[in-house]
Amino acid sequence: MDIQVRVWRQSGPADRGRMVGYDVKDISPDASFLEMIDVLNEKLILDGDDPIAFDHDCREGICGACSMVINGVAHGPEKATTTCQLHMRHFKDGDVIDVEPWRAAAFPVIKDLVVDRSAFDQIIQAGGYISAPTGTAPDAHATPVPKKDADAAFEAATCIGCGACVAACPNGSSMLFTAAKVTHLGLMPQGQPERDSRVIDMLQAQDDAGFGGCTNMGECAEVCPKGIPLSLIGRLNSDYRKAIAKS
Amino acid sequence: MAVDTPIPKTKNAAGASATPTPRKVVRPSSIILKITMAVSGILLVLFLYVHMIGNLKIFLGGTDFDHYAHWLRDLGTPLLPHMWYLWIQRGVLTLAVLAHIYTAAVLTIRAKKARPVKYAHRPKVQGSYAARTMRWGGVIVLLFIIFHILDLTTGTVNPVGDHEHPYANVVADFAPDRWYVTLFYALAIVAVGFHLWHGIFSAARTLGQQTEKGQRRAKTIAAVLSAVLVVGYLSVPFSVMVGLVD
Ligand code: HEM
Ligand code: FES
Repeated sequence: MDIQVRVWRQSGPADRGRMVGYDVKDISPDASFLEMIDVLNEKLILDGDDPIAFDHDCREGICGACSMVINGVAHGPEKATTTCQLHMRHFKDGDVIDVEPWRAAAFPVIKDLVVDRSAFDQIIQAGGYISAPTGTAPDAHATPVPKKDADAAFEAATCIGCGACVAACPNGSSMLFTAAKVTHLGLMPQGQPERDSRVIDMLQAQDDAGFGGCTNMGECAEVCPKGIPLSLIGRLNSDYRKAIAKS
Repeated sequence: MAVDTPIPKTKNAAGASATPTPRKVVRPSSIILKITMAVSGILLVLFLYVHMIGNLKIFLGGTDFDHYAHWLRDLGTPLLPHMWYLWIQRGVLTLAVLAHIYTAAVLTIRAKKARPVKYAHRPKVQGSYAARTMRWGGVIVLLFIIFHILDLTTGTVNPVGDHEHPYANVVADFAPDRWYVTLFYALAIVAVGFHLWHGIFSAARTLGQQTEKGQRRAKTIAAVLSAVLVVGYLSVPFSVMVGLVD
């Protein structure tokens, strides 16, 4: 199939950047979106042009590196699918496809489609951990966890930290990400000692990094490749309120 | 050997990255702002309900309605002097409106700053119309509140403006030749309806509603509560317009 992509090109943080159109011919419908960009990049290199910089790693939907807003939707048109798992068969011959980086003050563009997501690391560093004694690992079943909690914690733990929630949010908020982490750890017995300080510190780190506040629109959950539910934000809000009341 | 290298605190280590360095000023957290917004909003919703029930007394006729309006000024007596309760309530509501608008403004500014570069290609976001119009809808509601106070509380812009006969003020207000007043009133009520359709659900979420089932329930309750308000408030000007109340 033949398509045209219009890609955000920005040579570095100081460059203003612009959308540039490229024709991509004879692309297999079975190619992934990233493979399509690979093919385009090979051509750009042969032509002596600068290839398009983009983040990718596992290419199997588990690392969260790939980050593209495709036709205005983070990770493109397929629900619960990362860009690397999106295939060209979901587009039509002759389509014009716009590709942009995640847009957020807290995720500054490094080059083209690559953004700096270390703001998420700051949020994790602020409280996304548990304290565990070193030495012999305890038996996995030493601390019983109710099945319901284990399942809910696991669902939240599937967050791969890709940042699509921020890219989609009209307020540039990372509330779904933070909610997933706070839920994942706060549901487990091992996560109780830091439960209060975790939610306070992680929210502080999120606000400090320049993310917006949540207005419960639900854009984040729509684009989340892991289907993290919007309702977790309610849990974050309630944990935060209780923690503040105690502090 | 044994050089004392200070272990960088997590915050400093993180601050060295390319993201903006954390600001020093203490700012209210986004969730504190949201909780303030939710609590003040709910207070205003409660008022809207009580106020609506009062308004519906217009259907019992002028004597009943005017009697109700006068009773409002005596509310709280003899514990409180005449008019005191009314002024206390006015004070609380004004504070709630100010807190609501202040937090809305701070969060709006933060949201704008959080996305300095817009998307070139952005389809309509999937959030409901109500959710997308909270900010401008809120501004319309505010303008209406100001007009409404000048109209039926102080009587400044009311054609009758007689404090002793509120029934007459209302009937004069929505007279057919003042269709533009009725139109503005209707638009504002619909704006309130949209605002609360998302707002009541949003407030429940902000205050901790966190299950999928509860989310469906909260959305239904928000829709019903907003619809009842819209119908209740619109029934008064509509009835005056078609002559049911005169
Ligand atoms: C009759 C008056 C009003 C009532 C009853 C009301 C009620 C509410 C409620 C219950 C919420 C939900 C709080 C939350 O998100 O947790 C809300 C949100 C909001 N209100 Fe109001 N409000 C009123 C007037 C206004 C005015 C005058 C403005 C602005 C000028 C405004 C702007 C907003 C904004 C921007 C939101 C946030 C939307 C969101 O977070 O989803 N409101 N309002
Ligand atoms: S490259 Fe790892 S999730 Fe897409």
